Amino acid sequence: MEKRVVFSGRWVPVLLLAPQVTITLVFFIWPASQALYQSVLLEDAFGLSRKFVWLDNFRILFADPLYLDSFGRTAFFSSVTAALSLGLALVLAVMADRVIKGTALYRTFLIWPYAVAPAVAGVLWFFMFNPSIGTLTYLLRFLGYQWNHYLNGTDAMALIILAASWKQVSYNFLFFLAGLQAIPRSLVEAAAIDGAGPFKRFRTIIFPLLSPTTFFLLVVNIVYAFFDTFGIVHAITSGGPAQATTILVYKVYSDGFIGLDLGGSAAQSVILMAVVIALTVFQFRYIERKVAY
Amino acid sequence: MKRRVVLAAIGAATVLAMTGPGHAATEIQWWHAMGGKLGEKVVEIADGFNASQSDYKVLPVYKGNYTETMTAAIAAFRARQQPHIVQVFEVGTASMMAAKGAIYPVYSLMADTGEPFDPGSYLASVTGYYTDTDGNMLSMPFNSSTPVLYYNKTAFEKAGVTRVPTTWPEVEAAARKAQAAGYPCGFTTGWQSWVQIENFSAWHNQPTGTRSNGFAGTDTEFTFNSPVHVRHIGQLAEWQKSGIFSYGGRRSDSAPKFYQQECVMYMNSSAAYAGVKANTKDFEFGVSSLPFWPDIDGAPQNTIIGGATLWVLQGHGSGDYKGIARFFSYLSSAEVQADWHQFTGYLPITTAAYELTKSQGFYDKNPGTGIAIKQMTGKAPTKNSKGLRFGNFVQIRDIINEELEAIWSGQKSAQAGLDAAVQRGNVLLRRFESTN
Repeated sequence: MEKRVVFSGRWVPVLLLAPQVTITLVFFIWPASQALYQSVLLEDAFGLSRKFVWLDNFRILFADPLYLDSFGRTAFFSSVTAALSLGLALVLAVMADRVIKGTALYRTFLIWPYAVAPAVAGVLWFFMFNPSIGTLTYLLRFLGYQWNHYLNGTDAMALIILAASWKQVSYNFLFFLAGLQAIPRSLVEAAAIDGAGPFKRFRTIIFPLLSPTTFFLLVVNIVYAFFDTFGIVHAITSGGPAQATTILVYKVYSDGFIGLDLGGSAAQSVILMAVVIALTVFQFRYIERKVAY
Repeated sequence: MKRRVVLAAIGAATVLAMTGPGHAATEIQWWHAMGGKLGEKVVEIADGFNASQSDYKVLPVYKGNYTETMTAAIAAFRARQQPHIVQVFEVGTASMMAAKGAIYPVYSLMADTGEPFDPGSYLASVTGYYTDTDGNMLSMPFNSSTPVLYYNKTAFEKAGVTRVPTTWPEVEAAARKAQAAGYPCGFTTGWQSWVQIENFSAWHNQPTGTRSNGFAGTDTEFTFNSPVHVRHIGQLAEWQKSGIFSYGGRRSDSAPKFYQQECVMYMNSSAAYAGVKANTKDFEFGVSSLPFWPDIDGAPQNTIIGGATLWVLQGHGSGDYKGIARFFSYLSSAEVQADWHQFTGYLPITTAAYELTKSQGFYDKNPGTGIAIKQMTGKAPTKNSKGLRFGNFVQIRDIINEELEAIWSGQKSAQAGLDAAVQRGNVLLRRFESTN
């Protein structure tokens, strides 16, 4: 039996697709094409003069060892941020799924951080870990650790990873929880009766059945870490100390919006776009095979 | 009799009602970057002007920090929605100057509108930063400051420091005494590139870049990796190890170190005065001039400014520009300037405002507030101390920040770090040269 709905005629499907296509055109294709166009121009800030420079902007970028360095840094930052926020969210979701009393309260508190704007989240962590006046710095000093993300690149990287993943935990939590609740109780109960312990049940039943959610979140989190984190970096470290936290998207932001080097910034966003497209294709091609729908 | 009064009242009311819309004041948009108390003061200045006449209405709009304000104005210009006046910080000067079709130079604005204007009445050390090669004023100075040394008087007394240090060796000696008395750190600095490189250069009469620090042309190259600079930065890096110097962040993030009495000396803008005063209730503080190396010829020369000026943008009606010119005259008047100077710690931009403040006895009542102006005007500026004019300097400052951080943390030697900063900075200077 054919399960799909088949429309007769040509116009109904076109009409139904139109809003989605329009949104994609206006908010994705058009800006992306603008970025492509600008990436081959050298322009002054006010737009009074512009020069077509072929691929000069790209040539300059790839000749810059510091730009190349930030690829590795971005890969590290993105994978750790994604792993941390996914892992924490999964643990919390599994816990929250088992809570019987006060469910609403727990869930609300866990979802709360998602409503915080990236820059505000940045400032929050900035104050907690401020080397001179931060409360957590003060506590760390008791434990014998001199926290100073103004000078120590590792501290700075740890801090932006913490802040970036903290913000994303809520979002992941929400999806994991929904995914967990969609798993039929009967399956889990049957396994329990057969003598499978909680860990075994999680490993052999729950986690595989969650894999579509996990895969979706993996893609979203990678995209988040690549594109959406400049606010946090800007508020906490401004890319420092000594470039230790200059990830690709932060450089796009600072060159474009602070340095007003539109051509160079556009070239970087084109490269970033290519990287994320390649990553997403890779994820769908190789990781999705392991997903059981 | 009664009737007459009523009639007169009706008549007056009608006239008032008619003049209202007929004489609507021309609105002038002023985008600025002054938050908090400074923002309130800006509104006060605009209100003062609006009350002084009825033809024009200046509307101040807070647009975020300096970079955000400048970016917003540029984006607005590209969309043909630009404000009349925008406040731009000193490192944006070269970019604004290069945008010839976008800006309305103040000297021609004043000449075209017939507003009386005497460039000679402004402080040369302030306007020097903002004049073209022929000496014409391109923007209207508004808030200018220069770095000074703040010190913890109470700590100095406890540690037995009897003389306020004026040279770097004296700073070291004072820091060691303070450390012996239990203070963990000697000094810290705000805005490291501005204070320890740009002003350091001017104060020691050393060039920051070739071609008169960029004033003579965009084909300039950086020179702040000279032996004099390397020695200074190398010494700071050495001191960072023992806590004589303690780095506390790029902008004014280091302020808490001074407020919490972690560091007993703090170098930052003279405009930080109000903040320092408000945050040092537990101890007494003093203000002094920036230290210098006594063995360098010509030191101390004079320091240079930071802060911002007001730029007029093209694309508005000639009536609007008349109003802007009148507003600038009001803004430069001795009373307005003296009040702004005394309230904020920014420099007075005219000699008249300085004299007025002096005659009001402000400097005697508030010791240390006169330091900045003396430090800037003590000697006639040389080509090394007139100011800086480098394109893309906003980004270059970040490069300098990065390399200095690598030096403070010991990843790079002073020589290697400054060489890298110069080389990376020059790349951006060439890029600026080719866009303009």
